[in-house]
Amino acid sequence: MSITSTEAPTRGLVEIRDVHKAFGTNQVLKGINLRINPGEVVAILGPSGSGKSTLLRTINHLEKLDGGTITIDGALMGYKIRGNQLHELREKEVLRQRTHVGMVFQNFNLFPHLTALANIIEAPIQAQGRDRGEVTAQALALLRRVGLEDRADAYPRQLSGGQQQRVAIARALALNPKVVLFDEPTSALDPELVGEVLDVIRALAKDGTTLIVVTHEMGFARDVADRVVFMDAGNIVEEGTPTQIFGAPQQARTKEFLSKVIEPAFHL
Amino acid sequence: MGAATPTTQIDPELHEESGPIAESSTPASSQEQFNPTSESTFGPDTLASLRPGIIPARHPARWVGTAVVGLLLAAILYSLFTNPRWEWGVVAQWFTAESVIRGLGETLKLTIICGVLGFVLGFILALMRLSASPLFSSVSWTFSWIFRSTPLLVQLLLWYNLGYLYEKVSLGIPFTSLTFFEINTTTLISQFAAAVLGLTLNQAAYSAEIIRGGILSVDQGQLEAAAALGIPPWRRSTRIVLPQAMRSILPTAFNEIIGLVKGTSIVYVLAYGELFYTVQVIYSRTQQVLPLLLVATCWYIVITSVLSVAQYYIERHYSKGAVRTLPDTPAQKLRRFFTIRTRTTIGTR
Repeated sequence: MSITSTEAPTRGLVEIRDVHKAFGTNQVLKGINLRINPGEVVAILGPSGSGKSTLLRTINHLEKLDGGTITIDGALMGYKIRGNQLHELREKEVLRQRTHVGMVFQNFNLFPHLTALANIIEAPIQAQGRDRGEVTAQALALLRRVGLEDRADAYPRQLSGGQQQRVAIARALALNPKVVLFDEPTSALDPELVGEVLDVIRALAKDGTTLIVVTHEMGFARDVADRVVFMDAGNIVEEGTPTQIFGAPQQARTKEFLSKVIEPAFHL
Repeated sequence: MGAATPTTQIDPELHEESGPIAESSTPASSQEQFNPTSESTFGPDTLASLRPGIIPARHPARWVGTAVVGLLLAAILYSLFTNPRWEWGVVAQWFTAESVIRGLGETLKLTIICGVLGFVLGFILALMRLSASPLFSSVSWTFSWIFRSTPLLVQLLLWYNLGYLYEKVSLGIPFTSLTFFEINTTTLISQFAAAVLGLTLNQAAYSAEIIRGGILSVDQGQLEAAAALGIPPWRRSTRIVLPQAMRSILPTAFNEIIGLVKGTSIVYVLAYGELFYTVQVIYSRTQQVLPLLLVATCWYIVITSVLSVAQYYIERHYSKGAVRTLPDTPAQKLRRFFTIRTRTTIGTR
């Protein structure tokens, strides 16, 4: 189903080179360079408006690039090279590429008119053309893995926020993606539901899937991430191991941000 | 001003009076709650010796209202059945007459054909309107604009008289002399064709807007999630967006279809033999105007009633997942209504 922890992860190498993106005159990404190794868990931190969600969305080509390239296991996302020119891919090819990248949204975005199980099996059947029986078996296994095997026939509105997000994670994993992107996966949850979602992501991290997590959960970033990337105003300000970033940040902007988000929590 | 003067005079008085009372009232009122002085207070013995069941509260005003409405209903029903001029005998005689049933069949045929074609074309127009192509979206806009701006009656007459504008209709490659097929417009546009064209195009213009509204009501995040999962565009529209859009499309769409059922009566101007035209032909011969109009009315009511029931169940189907638990079907409601009744009567005994 997915790579087991015993073998070294071989897929899920993400290379982001000089990525630029603007919305109108607003430069959101100003030349991002980042290499994420197979099986690595990277947490992206930063104040709101720093471009971290946009960066995440460029990886599966939900946002087109204005400049630069993104490759996953060497394959260009959203473009192809013909001669020495980048050509935009047609939608069909982009959709096929996206099946290698799972995405989990802040607001879950489960399909409300489909049951949990139907939410999970829709894309593997329709986008990957896989056999319904095989996909259903995998979906039930995934639901068991996120602790919701008894809720397969529940509609999203009959589930709590935490349960919905766990179904959304199972939905993303059903495509057997090389990389899973998390866009603030716990921001819309009640505080007591955050833990159950983070536990699922934590288990995934141990599994050897490449994870890129935009988050405001500093404790989670410190415990789970192999590397922490701090972004501000469309640039990567600083990156390093959690110990480096949380223990001894080098940049003034990082220190300022961390003091704002961490200090109050310690005083409480 | 005159009204303001007394209130300003009363206000301080009120304050003076309420001041001392407010101070002393707190202990007084809390004492009252413990003293068994009214019906709603009781001692521990009373609680233990209560008889089972609860006697429901009385609603005298509701009874008066019920009586008034009941009387009015009775009066209307009485007049319907006793006034001989309604000529129910004649109504019954013509209700299932062969010609009337044939007319009814034509009405249903027009409704189904124009409803289906209208909504299919409307769906295409809605997609065109929402497309990124400025040509598609402006053509769709113009279509709706023209067909919503002209009376249906005028459209029908125009279609029927198309032969005056264009003598022949031909199929070929535009701007070349190549034609595969040619026919006289008057042969092509029969009464039926004119009716279908007019009703369909008019219906399409309205349903396009209804469907577009429904599609717009679906959360953008749904499309984004579908795109992120790599679900193909056609499947995205039909499996993810449309079922969710249906919830806001259906109530208005049924309004439109019910409107269309009755709207088909307008094609009597083309002397097309649908229900309304048929009864007109009959009463111009027999002079039984009102009873025959009643025949048509009753049939329209029957069709609309069937559609309303269908609407309830179709809406219920599409509300799956949008509500935590589906609303009861009328049958279930009826059963529960009687169940509660029985329980209450047992309780009060």
